Amino acid sequence: MSKGDKEPMFSAKNLKLLSGPLSLNNPVIVQILGICSSLAVTAKLKPAFVMAISVTVVTAFSNLVMSLLRKGIPNRIRIIVQLVVIAALVILVDQVLKAYVYDVSKQLSVFVGLIITNCIIMGRVEAFALGNKPWPSFLDGIGNGLGYGMMLIIIAFVRELLGSGTLWGYRIIPESAYACGYMNNSLMLLPPMALIIVGVIIWIHRSKNRDLIEK
Amino acid sequence: MNKNNNAYIIIYASVMIIIVAVLLSVASMALSGRQKDNIAVEKQGAILSAIGLGGDADKVKDKTKYIQEEYRKYIVESYVVNGEGNVVEGVDAFGLLDNLKAQFAAPVADMQLPVFVAKLDDGTELNVLSLYGAGLWGPVWGYIALEGDWNTIYGAVYDHQGETPGLGAEISTPIFEHQFDGKTIFENGQFTSIAVLKGAGASAGNNHAVDAISGGTLTSRGVEAMLHDCLSTYLPLIEKKRAALETANVASNELTVENHE
Repeated sequence: MSKGDKEPMFSAKNLKLLSGPLSLNNPVIVQILGICSSLAVTAKLKPAFVMAISVTVVTAFSNLVMSLLRKGIPNRIRIIVQLVVIAALVILVDQVLKAYVYDVSKQLSVFVGLIITNCIIMGRVEAFALGNKPWPSFLDGIGNGLGYGMMLIIIAFVRELLGSGTLWGYRIIPESAYACGYMNNSLMLLPPMALIIVGVIIWIHRSKNRDLIEK
Repeated sequence: MNKNNNAYIIIYASVMIIIVAVLLSVASMALSGRQKDNIAVEKQGAILSAIGLGGDADKVKDKTKYIQEEYRKYIVESYVVNGEGNVVEGVDAFGLLDNLKAQFAAPVADMQLPVFVAKLDDGTELNVLSLYGAGLWGPVWGYIALEGDWNTIYGAVYDHQGETPGLGAEISTPIFEHQFDGKTIFENGQFTSIAVLKGAGASAGNNHAVDAISGGTLTSRGVEAMLHDCLSTYLPLIEKKRAALETANVASNELTVENHE
């Protein structure tokens, strides 16, 4: 790559690595990756938030490690090496969650382990980290993790508010509203509704960014 | 250097695996203490909620400490019995909760079944028994608290591994669990267990049944079977305790009679 050594740490190019995945190159709503977990863990805000952080940590560090190793990896076992690094990081995250936020880790259940198979992570390692220096790779990982996490949080916000009437476990919709006949939409708590919310976000996003619309 | 020759690949893979293995073992050892504490606290919390306590766990700052203190305060004794209702000495009741499945599957004389004795603030003594069974997708388990008469249910809690949210998973909600309060497992001295009946209101007026979960029929049946099987396993103990109570009652009646004379 053409990056010189004198390039500042937060050059415009590097910052673009962080901000690109948040909107125009978002892994969830533009590349349609990582949909499975964004349907599964977004019924409540708190697990979605923990999942977002976990995925960001894993993408950032798997990108960093793979970028550091990129010159020594035998090409024939490239994918296996990637999987080992990602799996090791995910297991570490899972162990830390079990030790420090046990309740949330129970709610996330298998989905922490399934971060290993999240297409975003291997996708970024394969497409970016193997061909770039560690620092930009690290930023790219954080950017993509945040892009994914942002979507989780938006979806979870809508689902928890409309589905349970709470946010982060705190009651938002007052009891008096229920007394007047307001009801929580239980459909919001089921995964299909998350898919519909993803669809609505994609619709809004593309109507603002018309060049993303496929011909 | 040729990165694609076999020797390089094998050495590379081996070194990588060793590094990763060491890293993960260290992390696992460093964190296992906390993880075990979390699991123990979860079980203590479940036992407490079977006796209607520990409800403030989500409001206090240090949940772990709160649960541990409440547990120490209210669970005054625990012991282990076998399938014949005889006390087994030298076994830690709480430790058995890690593998209840094996205990319920063991031969009757070798079973080790935990019993927890709780004493409430007003002096009421409760006996908490553990339950383990199969739901639709995976195991279901729970704790049932019997009052001093070894017949009336004081409270029950259930949990599950992977029942469907909104359907089978509803067994772990207070709405389902509180149905058990005050129900009895004996009818005129005969063991009846608790039936889980289909249809809202199906159990109205029935002292040995509760309503099942709509859309969670198979999980509900799993709970019913678990209650029947596990309570049957504890039955020798329960019968013994009830017999002892009866003798005590007769004795105290005779005593009263004597006093009257």
